[in-house]
Amino acid sequence: MSDFMVKAEQVHKSFGRLEVLKGIDLQVSPSEVMCVVGPSGSGKSTFLRCINHLEKIDAGRLYVDGELVGYRQRGDKLHELHEKEVAAQRREIGMVFQRFNLFPHMTAVENIMEAPVQVRRESKAEVRQRAGELLDRVGLADKATAYPGQLSGGQQQRVAIARALAMRPKLMLFDEPTSALDPELVGEVLEVMKQLARDGMTMIVVTHEMGFAREVGDSLVFMDDGIVVESGNPREVLADPKHDRTKAFLSKVL
Amino acid sequence: MTTSTQPRGRPEAIRAVPVRHPGRWLAAAVIAVLVAMAVNTLVYNPRFNWPEQFQYLFAPPVLTAVVNTIWLTAAAMVGGTVFGVVLALMRMSPNPILRAASWFYLWVFRGTPLYTQLLIWGAIGALFPTVSLGIPFGPEFVTWQTQALISAAIAASVGLILNEAAYMAEIVRAGILSVDRGQHEASGALGMTRMQTMRRIVLPQAMRVIIPPTGNETIAMLKNTSLVAAIPFYELTFAAQNIYARTYQVIPMLIMAVLWYLALSSILMIGQYYLERHYGRSERTPTVARDQAGE
Ligand SMILES: Nc1ncnc2c1ncn2[C@@H]1O[C@H](COP(=O)(O)OP(=O)(O)O)[C@@H](O)[C@H]1O
Ligand SMILES: [Mg+2]
Repeated sequence: MSDFMVKAEQVHKSFGRLEVLKGIDLQVSPSEVMCVVGPSGSGKSTFLRCINHLEKIDAGRLYVDGELVGYRQRGDKLHELHEKEVAAQRREIGMVFQRFNLFPHMTAVENIMEAPVQVRRESKAEVRQRAGELLDRVGLADKATAYPGQLSGGQQQRVAIARALAMRPKLMLFDEPTSALDPELVGEVLEVMKQLARDGMTMIVVTHEMGFAREVGDSLVFMDDGIVVESGNPREVLADPKHDRTKAFLSKVL
Repeated sequence: MTTSTQPRGRPEAIRAVPVRHPGRWLAAAVIAVLVAMAVNTLVYNPRFNWPEQFQYLFAPPVLTAVVNTIWLTAAAMVGGTVFGVVLALMRMSPNPILRAASWFYLWVFRGTPLYTQLLIWGAIGALFPTVSLGIPFGPEFVTWQTQALISAAIAASVGLILNEAAYMAEIVRAGILSVDRGQHEASGALGMTRMQTMRRIVLPQAMRVIIPPTGNETIAMLKNTSLVAAIPFYELTFAAQNIYARTYQVIPMLIMAVLWYLALSSILMIGQYYLERHYGRSERTPTVARDQAGE
């Protein structure tokens, strides 16, 4: 294991002429829970998507567990990885989306089993048992055979978390996991995430839930306009923001 | 006591004079006259020659032709769908060569009449008298006579499959595009390759969009098989022509073919009805997800 689970050095990303990430530097240690906050359009989702190479970065370096994401370095030249190698890197990284993105034609337990069986070629019996344990862990043991359309938003998001965990990732990325939920359903999802943090999972969480950041986060990063404006201990940053842009943002959401 | 819920009693039911529809009566009269005329012709015009028709309806040469029409339709649709999926995947591939090749194929096969294409398949032996197995532009190991190798049945199936694939490719592509982008991302993030994502996640969901037009294509194909008389291949229309060339009973034999086509397409329409009902079900769609993501 390397010193940092995630290490970003001067990460740049543009869509056409729009520069979305303008040089992101940060490190996430193993078992750290990093919360990322910032106004809409500041590049938070884009940065998360770069970490598992759903987006290609234009400049800088991005490492997960000491390994360059999406490329192989030979001498001073970068070689793009083959699709299969990118897929192999992504297996190690779980991702939870704002809109859940469960597979609607599969039951909850089938959603969870899909990747371990199809990607890792594990035995179905073994995976089914693990899927049952995961459903139990997210409090949905009785919903194994329900289709996503039959579940509430909070239940769907908990299945999505279980689905990501079934691949035994070493890193979990959450992109506003509770933003699409009705207020009364937010708590049940955050509870599952807290438990995960207590179990020592390395997590990067884009969120507007400042209470979660304060209680669970080991670090907090405030992003605005494609750069990291301020970072540090969540309790300190939230209580005493140093930067004007951070103050302005926090005064709106707190 | 019992009147307390209905203190004033139930008001008198409305008995209004209904609106008159004189147009309906007029239409009914016109249609009735037309139907009477048609029945009169069918029954009393001896040139329909019903006795002969019933004699031929289940005659062995006609039944052979019916069987050929059925398997040709099935082969064309199965082959066309499989090849159509390949063409659709090529069309959406990140590889620009594959995209261009697929585009060119669709351009040719959708831009020319099926009948002309079938004539070409029937005459392919004139273009390539022999077929050889060997190294391109190098030595040849085995050589066959094309006419011997490609029977009318093969030419007919290949002609219909290649044409149908071009249309199915567009149907499949529309189906794939109908699946939410988030599905690709979720399976990609789980470490699935593009092909696994297509096969396991996207295509099963695309079926809802692909199935209904495919039913229409199948019914159209049943009728298009009549064009392989161009090759010529022995199917229903060709059989009717064959018989009336001998007996001069042109209209009776064509009506016999019409009855068979109607019977077969009715069966397909019933099948389509049930398939659409099956795939139109909404209980498996993530309505909750859509409602919740109020973006
Ligand atoms: N695929 C894309 N193509 C073009 N522009 C994009 C794409 N994805 C995101 N953007 C743009 O990048 C900016 C940052 O988006 P995003 O990373 O989603 O911000 P956040 O998650 O912080 O709200 C936005 O202006 C958005 O419109
Ligand atoms: Mg976002």
